[in-house]
Amino acid sequence: MTTDNRLEALREAVAAALADVEGVIALRRTPYGDVAPYLFTDSTEVANLVLEPRYPVPDTLQVIQMAHPEARLGIVLRGCEERGLVETAKHNQVNLNNVRAIGLNCTAEDAEFCRCARPYVGVWVTESVGERVEGVGDARVEAFLALPQEDRLSFWQGVFSHCIKCYACRNICPQCFCEHCALEQDIWVEQGVIPPPFPSFHAVRALHTLGKCVGCRECELACPAEIPLTTLYSLLRRDVQAMFGYETGMDLEATPPFLARLEV
Amino acid sequence: MHYENVLTTCPYCGVGCGVHLQVLDGQVIGVLPANSHPLSEGSLCVKGWNANAFIYHPDRLTAPLIREGDEFREATWDEALSLVAEKLGHVKATHGPDAIGVLTSAKCTNEENYLVQKFARAVIGTNNVDHCARL
Repeated sequence: MTTDNRLEALREAVAAALADVEGVIALRRTPYGDVAPYLFTDSTEVANLVLEPRYPVPDTLQVIQMAHPEARLGIVLRGCEERGLVETAKHNQVNLNNVRAIGLNCTAEDAEFCRCARPYVGVWVTESVGERVEGVGDARVEAFLALPQEDRLSFWQGVFSHCIKCYACRNICPQCFCEHCALEQDIWVEQGVIPPPFPSFHAVRALHTLGKCVGCRECELACPAEIPLTTLYSLLRRDVQAMFGYETGMDLEATPPFLARLEV
Repeated sequence: MHYENVLTTCPYCGVGCGVHLQVLDGQVIGVLPANSHPLSEGSLCVKGWNANAFIYHPDRLTAPLIREGDEFREATWDEALSLVAEKLGHVKATHGPDAIGVLTSAKCTNEENYLVQKFARAVIGTNNVDHCARL
Protein backbone atom coordinates (compact mmCIF):
# COMPACT_ATOMS: atom_id res chain seq x y z
CA MET A 1 0.00 0.00 0.00
CA THR A 2 1.54 3.30 -1.02
CA THR A 3 1.57 6.39 1.18
CA ASP A 4 -1.18 7.94 -0.92
CA ASN A 5 -3.35 4.88 -0.48
CA ARG A 6 -2.76 4.83 3.29
CA LEU A 7 -3.63 8.49 3.49
CA GLU A 8 -6.79 8.11 1.40
CA ALA A 9 -7.84 5.04 3.37
CA LEU A 10 -7.31 6.91 6.64
CA ARG A 11 -9.30 9.93 5.45
CA GLU A 12 -12.15 7.63 4.47
CA ALA A 13 -12.03 5.80 7.81
CA VAL A 14 -12.08 9.10 9.74
CA ALA A 15 -14.95 10.48 7.65
CA ALA A 16 -16.91 7.27 8.30
CA ALA A 17 -16.15 7.41 12.03
CA LEU A 18 -17.55 10.95 12.24
CA ALA A 19 -21.03 9.49 11.82
CA ASP A 20 -20.52 7.67 15.11
CA VAL A 21 -18.44 10.07 17.27
CA GLU A 22 -18.48 13.79 18.11
CA GLY A 23 -14.96 14.34 16.81
CA VAL A 24 -11.83 12.51 15.70
CA ILE A 25 -8.36 13.55 16.92
CA ALA A 26 -5.74 13.36 14.17
CA LEU A 27 -3.10 15.47 12.44
CA ARG A 28 -4.25 18.37 10.28
CA ARG A 29 -2.42 20.56 7.81
CA THR A 30 -3.57 24.11 8.50
CA PRO A 31 -4.10 26.78 5.83
CA TYR A 32 -0.65 28.10 6.86
CA GLY A 33 1.05 24.84 5.91
CA ASP A 34 1.99 23.62 9.38
CA VAL A 35 0.81 20.34 10.88
CA ALA A 36 -0.57 19.78 14.38
CA PRO A 37 -3.14 17.70 16.28
CA TYR A 38 -6.73 18.71 15.60
CA LEU A 39 -10.23 17.63 16.51
CA PHE A 40 -12.01 16.87 13.25
CA THR A 41 -15.76 17.33 13.64
CA ASP A 42 -16.85 17.71 10.01
CA SER A 43 -16.20 15.14 7.28
CA THR A 44 -15.51 17.91 4.75
CA GLU A 45 -12.36 18.77 6.73
CA VAL A 46 -10.67 15.38 6.28
CA ALA A 47 -9.04 16.53 3.03
CA ASN A 48 -6.62 18.34 5.36
CA LEU A 49 -5.82 15.23 7.39
CA VAL A 50 -2.16 14.16 7.07
CA LEU A 51 0.09 11.40 8.43
CA GLU A 52 3.15 13.30 9.63
CA PRO A 53 5.19 14.81 11.23
CA ARG A 54 4.37 12.94 14.40
CA TYR A 55 2.79 14.59 17.45
CA PRO A 56 1.62 13.04 20.72
CA VAL A 57 -2.08 12.82 19.80
CA PRO A 58 -2.93 10.73 22.93
CA ASP A 59 -2.13 13.86 24.99
CA THR A 60 -4.84 15.65 23.06
CA LEU A 61 -7.31 12.92 24.03
CA GLN A 62 -6.40 13.51 27.69
CA VAL A 63 -6.96 17.27 27.58
CA ILE A 64 -10.25 17.03 25.65
CA GLN A 65 -11.57 14.30 27.94
CA MET A 66 -10.71 16.42 30.99
CA ALA A 67 -13.02 19.17 29.71
CA HIS A 68 -15.60 16.85 28.11
CA PRO A 69 -15.62 13.59 30.09
CA GLU A 70 -18.86 12.37 28.50
CA ALA A 71 -17.93 13.06 24.87
CA ARG A 72 -17.67 10.12 22.49
CA LEU A 73 -14.40 10.69 20.65
CA GLY A 74 -12.41 9.09 17.89
CA ILE A 75 -8.64 9.10 17.59
CA VAL A 76 -6.07 7.98 15.03
CA LEU A 77 -3.34 5.94 16.72
CA ARG A 78 -0.02 4.45 15.73
CA GLY A 79 1.06 1.25 17.47
CA CYS A 80 3.18 3.00 20.11
CA GLU A 81 0.38 5.47 20.84
CA GLU A 82 -2.11 2.64 21.24
CA ARG A 83 0.19 0.92 23.74
CA GLY A 84 0.83 4.20 25.56
CA LEU A 85 -2.91 4.69 26.03
CA VAL A 86 -3.07 1.25 27.68
CA GLU A 87 -0.86 2.64 30.44
CA THR A 88 -2.49 6.07 30.73
CA ALA A 89 -5.88 4.33 30.97
CA LYS A 90 -4.62 2.09 33.78
CA HIS A 91 -3.39 5.20 35.59
CA ASN A 92 -6.83 6.80 35.22
CA GLN A 93 -5.72 9.59 32.89
CA VAL A 94 -8.00 8.59 30.01
CA ASN A 95 -11.18 6.58 29.69
CA LEU A 96 -11.07 4.26 26.69
CA ASN A 97 -14.67 3.04 27.08
CA ASN A 98 -16.05 5.87 25.01
CA VAL A 99 -13.26 6.03 22.44
CA ARG A 100 -13.31 4.77 18.87
CA ALA A 101 -9.74 4.24 17.76
CA ILE A 102 -8.57 3.99 14.17
CA GLY A 103 -5.18 2.31 13.98
CA LEU A 104 -2.51 3.54 11.59
CA ASN A 105 0.10 0.86 10.95
CA CYS A 106 3.54 2.33 10.32
CA THR A 107 5.59 1.79 7.16
CA ALA A 108 8.93 -0.02 7.04
CA GLU A 109 10.59 3.40 6.76
CA ASP A 110 8.77 4.62 9.89
CA ALA A 111 9.88 1.50 11.77
CA GLU A 112 13.47 1.99 10.68
CA PHE A 113 13.43 5.66 11.72
CA CYS A 114 11.96 4.85 15.14
CA ARG A 115 13.99 1.64 15.69
CA CYS A 116 10.58 0.17 16.49
CA ALA A 117 10.03 -3.50 17.28
CA ARG A 118 6.24 -3.31 16.93
CA PRO A 119 5.18 -0.74 14.28
CA TYR A 120 1.51 -1.75 14.26
CA VAL A 121 -1.66 -1.68 16.35
CA GLY A 122 -3.58 -4.64 17.67
CA VAL A 123 -3.57 -4.66 21.49
CA TRP A 124 -7.06 -3.21 21.83
CA VAL A 125 -7.59 -1.35 18.55
CA THR A 126 -9.54 -3.48 16.06
CA GLU A 127 -9.96 -1.08 13.13
CA SER A 128 -6.80 -0.15 11.24
CA VAL A 129 -5.36 1.30 8.07
CA GLY A 130 -2.12 0.28 6.34
CA GLU A 131 -0.41 -3.04 5.94
CA ARG A 132 1.36 -4.47 8.92
CA VAL A 133 5.16 -4.59 8.52
CA GLU A 134 7.61 -6.34 10.79
CA GLY A 135 9.54 -4.45 13.42
CA VAL A 136 13.27 -3.85 13.56
CA GLY A 137 15.89 -4.09 16.29
CA ASP A 138 17.36 -1.08 18.09
CA ALA A 139 20.94 -0.60 16.90
CA ARG A 140 21.54 2.16 19.46
CA VAL A 141 20.65 -0.14 22.34
CA GLU A 142 22.92 -2.83 20.89
CA ALA A 143 25.76 -0.34 20.52
CA PHE A 144 25.34 0.77 24.13
CA LEU A 145 25.30 -2.82 25.37
CA ALA A 146 28.54 -3.42 23.49
CA LEU A 147 30.26 -0.81 25.68
CA PRO A 148 32.34 -2.19 28.53
CA GLN A 149 30.69 -1.75 31.94
CA GLU A 150 33.25 0.87 33.05
CA ASP A 151 32.48 3.13 30.06
CA ARG A 152 28.71 3.21 30.51
CA LEU A 153 28.53 5.81 33.27
CA SER A 154 30.77 8.20 31.34
CA PHE A 155 28.58 7.63 28.24
CA TRP A 156 25.51 8.87 30.14
CA GLN A 157 27.46 11.66 31.81
CA GLY A 158 28.57 12.79 28.36
CA VAL A 159 25.15 12.85 26.72
CA PHE A 160 23.39 14.37 29.75
CA SER A 161 26.00 17.15 29.99
CA HIS A 162 24.23 18.69 26.95
CA CYS A 163 20.90 18.93 28.80
CA ILE A 164 19.48 22.50 28.86
CA LYS A 165 16.76 21.55 31.37
CA CYS A 166 13.93 22.62 29.08
CA TYR A 167 11.66 19.87 30.46
CA ALA A 168 10.66 18.97 26.89
CA CYS A 169 11.06 15.25 27.69
CA ARG A 170 8.65 15.57 30.60
CA ASN A 171 6.25 17.98 28.89
CA ILE A 172 5.85 15.91 25.74
CA CYS A 173 5.65 12.55 27.55
CA PRO A 174 2.14 11.07 27.43
CA GLN A 175 2.98 9.14 30.61
CA CYS A 176 3.99 12.23 32.64
CA PHE A 177 0.92 13.62 34.33
CA CYS A 178 1.81 14.41 37.98
CA GLU A 179 0.47 17.79 39.07
CA HIS A 180 3.57 18.42 41.21
CA CYS A 181 6.64 17.14 39.39
CA ALA A 182 9.53 15.78 41.47
CA LEU A 183 11.95 17.33 38.97
CA GLU A 184 10.92 20.78 40.24
CA GLN A 185 11.40 19.96 43.93
CA ASP A 186 14.63 20.76 45.71
CA ILE A 187 14.51 17.65 47.90
CA TRP A 188 14.87 15.44 44.81
CA VAL A 189 16.81 17.63 42.38
CA GLU A 190 18.93 20.66 43.26
CA GLN A 191 17.24 23.62 41.56
CA GLY A 192 18.80 26.45 39.56
CA VAL A 193 21.60 24.39 37.98
CA ILE A 194 22.19 23.88 34.24
CA PRO A 195 22.97 21.26 33.14
CA PRO A 196 20.84 19.75 35.91
CA PRO A 197 22.63 17.58 38.46
CA PHE A 198 23.73 14.17 37.18
CA PRO A 199 22.35 11.64 37.79
CA SER A 200 19.47 12.88 40.00
CA PHE A 201 17.45 14.80 37.39
CA HIS A 202 17.66 12.10 34.74
CA ALA A 203 17.42 9.20 37.18
CA VAL A 204 14.24 10.61 38.75
CA ARG A 205 12.69 11.07 35.33
CA ALA A 206 13.78 7.61 34.16
CA LEU A 207 12.48 5.88 37.30
CA HIS A 208 9.14 7.70 36.97
CA THR A 209 8.65 6.16 33.52
CA LEU A 210 9.03 2.61 34.89
CA GLY A 211 6.11 0.35 34.10
CA LYS A 212 4.54 3.07 31.94
CA CYS A 213 6.99 3.96 29.14
CA VAL A 214 6.24 2.11 25.91
CA GLY A 215 9.11 3.68 23.95
CA CYS A 216 7.09 6.01 21.72
CA ARG A 217 10.19 8.24 21.34
CA GLU A 218 8.33 11.54 21.79
CA CYS A 219 10.91 12.59 24.44
CA GLU A 220 13.85 11.81 22.19
CA LEU A 221 12.30 13.64 19.23
CA ALA A 222 11.49 16.71 21.36
CA CYS A 223 14.95 16.93 22.98
CA PRO A 224 16.88 19.94 21.61
CA ALA A 225 20.12 18.35 22.85
CA GLU A 226 19.47 15.06 21.00
CA ILE A 227 19.97 13.00 24.15
CA PRO A 228 19.24 9.31 23.33
CA LEU A 229 16.57 8.97 26.02
CA THR A 230 14.85 6.03 24.33
CA THR A 231 18.02 3.95 24.74
CA LEU A 232 17.90 4.45 28.50
CA TYR A 233 14.18 3.83 28.79
CA SER A 234 14.34 0.76 26.51
CA LEU A 235 16.81 -0.87 28.88
CA LEU A 236 14.66 -0.01 31.90
CA ARG A 237 11.64 -1.45 30.10
CA ARG A 238 13.63 -4.63 29.48
CA ASP A 239 14.50 -4.79 33.20
CA VAL A 240 10.88 -4.27 34.29
CA GLN A 241 9.89 -7.17 32.06
CA ALA A 242 12.69 -9.37 33.37
CA MET A 243 12.10 -8.57 37.05
CA PHE A 244 8.34 -8.22 37.23
CA GLY A 245 7.13 -10.07 34.13
CA TYR A 246 5.31 -6.92 33.04
CA GLU A 247 5.42 -5.74 29.44
CA THR A 248 4.19 -2.16 29.15
CA GLY A 249 1.28 -1.40 26.87
CA MET A 250 0.54 -5.01 25.90
CA ASP A 251 -2.40 -5.96 28.10
CA LEU A 252 -5.32 -3.82 29.27
CA GLU A 253 -5.98 -6.19 32.19
CA ALA A 254 -2.48 -6.87 33.63
CA THR A 255 -1.71 -4.88 36.78
CA PRO A 256 1.32 -2.57 36.46
CA PRO A 257 3.94 -3.56 39.07
CA PHE A 258 4.24 -0.05 40.53
CA LEU A 259 0.54 0.69 40.84
CA ALA A 260 -0.40 0.00 44.46
CA ARG A 261 -3.81 -1.57 44.89
CA LEU A 262 -5.29 -1.03 48.33
CA GLU A 263 -7.19 -4.30 48.45
CA VAL A 264 -7.51 -6.90 51.19
CA MET B 1 -16.32 21.18 21.45
CA HIS B 2 -13.42 22.63 19.50
CA TYR B 3 -9.71 21.83 19.65
CA GLU B 4 -7.01 23.18 17.39
CA ASN B 5 -3.39 24.32 17.42
CA VAL B 6 -2.57 27.84 16.30
CA LEU B 7 0.90 28.43 14.89
CA THR B 8 2.73 31.45 16.23
CA THR B 9 6.24 32.64 17.06
CA CYS B 10 7.63 32.30 20.57
CA PRO B 11 7.52 35.79 22.15
CA TYR B 12 10.53 35.37 24.43
CA CYS B 13 13.70 36.05 22.45
CA GLY B 14 15.06 36.95 19.04
CA VAL B 15 15.49 33.38 17.77
CA GLY B 16 11.87 33.10 16.69
CA CYS B 17 11.04 29.44 17.35
CA GLY B 18 7.74 28.10 16.08
CA VAL B 19 5.18 27.22 18.74
CA HIS B 20 1.67 25.90 18.54
CA LEU B 21 -0.80 27.30 21.04
CA GLN B 22 -3.23 24.54 21.99
CA VAL B 23 -6.71 26.04 21.99
CA LEU B 24 -9.61 24.15 23.57
CA ASP B 25 -13.05 25.76 23.38
CA GLY B 26 -11.51 29.22 22.87
CA GLN B 27 -9.04 28.97 25.80
CA VAL B 28 -5.28 28.56 25.37
CA ILE B 29 -4.41 25.50 27.46
CA GLY B 30 -0.81 24.80 26.50
CA VAL B 31 2.02 24.80 24.01
CA LEU B 32 3.32 22.23 21.54
CA PRO B 33 6.53 22.63 19.53
CA ALA B 34 6.06 23.16 15.79
CA ASN B 35 7.73 20.07 14.36
CA SER B 36 7.76 21.26 10.77
CA HIS B 37 8.97 24.78 11.58
CA PRO B 38 12.00 25.52 9.36
CA LEU B 39 13.92 27.24 12.15
CA SER B 40 13.26 25.38 15.40
CA GLU B 41 12.37 21.98 13.87
CA GLY B 42 10.32 20.94 16.89
CA SER B 43 12.75 22.14 19.55
CA LEU B 44 11.81 24.60 22.30
CA CYS B 45 13.62 25.82 25.41
CA VAL B 46 12.00 26.10 28.82
CA LYS B 47 10.69 29.58 27.99
CA GLY B 48 9.03 28.44 24.78
CA TRP B 49 7.41 25.54 26.59
CA ASN B 50 5.83 28.12 28.91
CA ALA B 51 5.03 30.71 26.24
CA ASN B 52 1.34 30.59 27.18
CA ALA B 53 1.89 31.16 30.92
CA PHE B 54 1.25 34.90 30.95
CA ILE B 55 -1.89 34.91 28.82
CA TYR B 56 -4.39 34.59 31.68
CA HIS B 57 -1.98 35.57 34.48
CA PRO B 58 -3.65 37.86 37.04
CA ASP B 59 -0.58 40.16 37.07
CA ARG B 60 -0.74 40.73 33.31
CA LEU B 61 -1.29 44.38 32.38
CA THR B 62 -4.26 44.70 30.05
CA ALA B 63 -4.45 48.52 29.94
CA PRO B 64 -1.89 51.36 30.10
CA LEU B 65 -1.14 52.68 33.60
CA ILE B 66 -0.32 56.31 34.40
CA ARG B 67 1.55 57.06 37.63
CA GLU B 68 0.14 59.82 39.80
CA GLY B 69 2.22 60.27 42.95
CA ASP B 70 2.74 56.76 44.34
CA GLU B 71 -0.31 55.34 42.62
CA PHE B 72 -0.96 53.89 39.19
CA ARG B 73 -4.30 54.37 37.52
CA GLU B 74 -5.64 52.72 34.37
CA ALA B 75 -5.88 54.95 31.34
CA THR B 76 -7.00 54.71 27.73
CA TRP B 77 -4.37 54.26 25.03
CA ASP B 78 -5.22 57.71 23.64
CA GLU B 79 -4.60 59.37 27.00
CA ALA B 80 -1.40 57.40 27.68
CA LEU B 81 0.11 58.02 24.25
CA SER B 82 -0.78 61.71 24.38
CA LEU B 83 0.97 62.00 27.74
CA VAL B 84 4.09 60.21 26.42
CA ALA B 85 4.18 62.47 23.33
CA GLU B 86 3.80 65.57 25.45
CA LYS B 87 6.56 64.56 27.90
CA LEU B 88 9.00 63.47 25.15
CA GLY B 89 8.29 66.73 23.30
CA HIS B 90 9.06 68.65 26.50
CA VAL B 91 12.39 66.82 27.06
CA LYS B 92 13.40 67.36 23.44
CA ALA B 93 12.49 71.11 23.54
CA THR B 94 14.29 71.66 26.85
CA HIS B 95 17.39 69.44 26.56
CA GLY B 96 17.67 68.52 22.87
CA PRO B 97 16.97 65.23 21.05
CA ASP B 98 20.11 63.49 22.37
CA ALA B 99 18.66 63.69 25.87
CA ILE B 100 16.37 60.87 24.73
CA GLY B 101 17.35 57.23 24.14
CA VAL B 102 15.30 54.40 22.70
CA LEU B 103 15.58 50.76 23.80
CA THR B 104 14.19 48.17 21.43
CA SER B 105 13.51 44.54 22.15
CA ALA B 106 14.24 41.02 20.95
CA LYS B 107 10.57 40.31 21.58
CA CYS B 108 9.63 42.60 18.70
CA THR B 109 9.64 41.63 15.05
CA ASN B 110 12.23 42.98 12.62
CA GLU B 111 9.57 45.33 11.27
CA GLU B 112 8.74 46.69 14.73
CA ASN B 113 12.43 47.21 15.51
CA TYR B 114 12.88 48.99 12.18
CA LEU B 115 9.95 51.21 13.02
CA VAL B 116 11.24 52.13 16.48
CA GLN B 117 14.73 53.09 15.24
CA LYS B 118 13.06 55.12 12.48
CA PHE B 119 10.99 56.84 15.15
CA ALA B 120 14.17 57.62 17.15
CA ARG B 121 16.13 58.98 14.19
CA ALA B 122 13.49 60.64 12.05
CA VAL B 123 10.92 61.81 14.61
CA ILE B 124 12.95 62.46 17.75
CA GLY B 125 16.26 63.14 15.94
CA THR B 126 18.72 61.03 17.92
CA ASN B 127 20.96 58.06 17.16
CA ASN B 128 20.60 56.81 20.76
CA VAL B 129 19.13 53.45 19.84
CA ASP B 130 20.05 50.30 21.71
CA HIS B 131 18.83 46.79 22.18
CA CYS B 132 18.40 44.35 25.05
CA ALA B 133 20.48 41.71 23.22
CA ARG B 134 23.60 43.76 24.18
CA LEU B 135 23.05 43.04 27.85
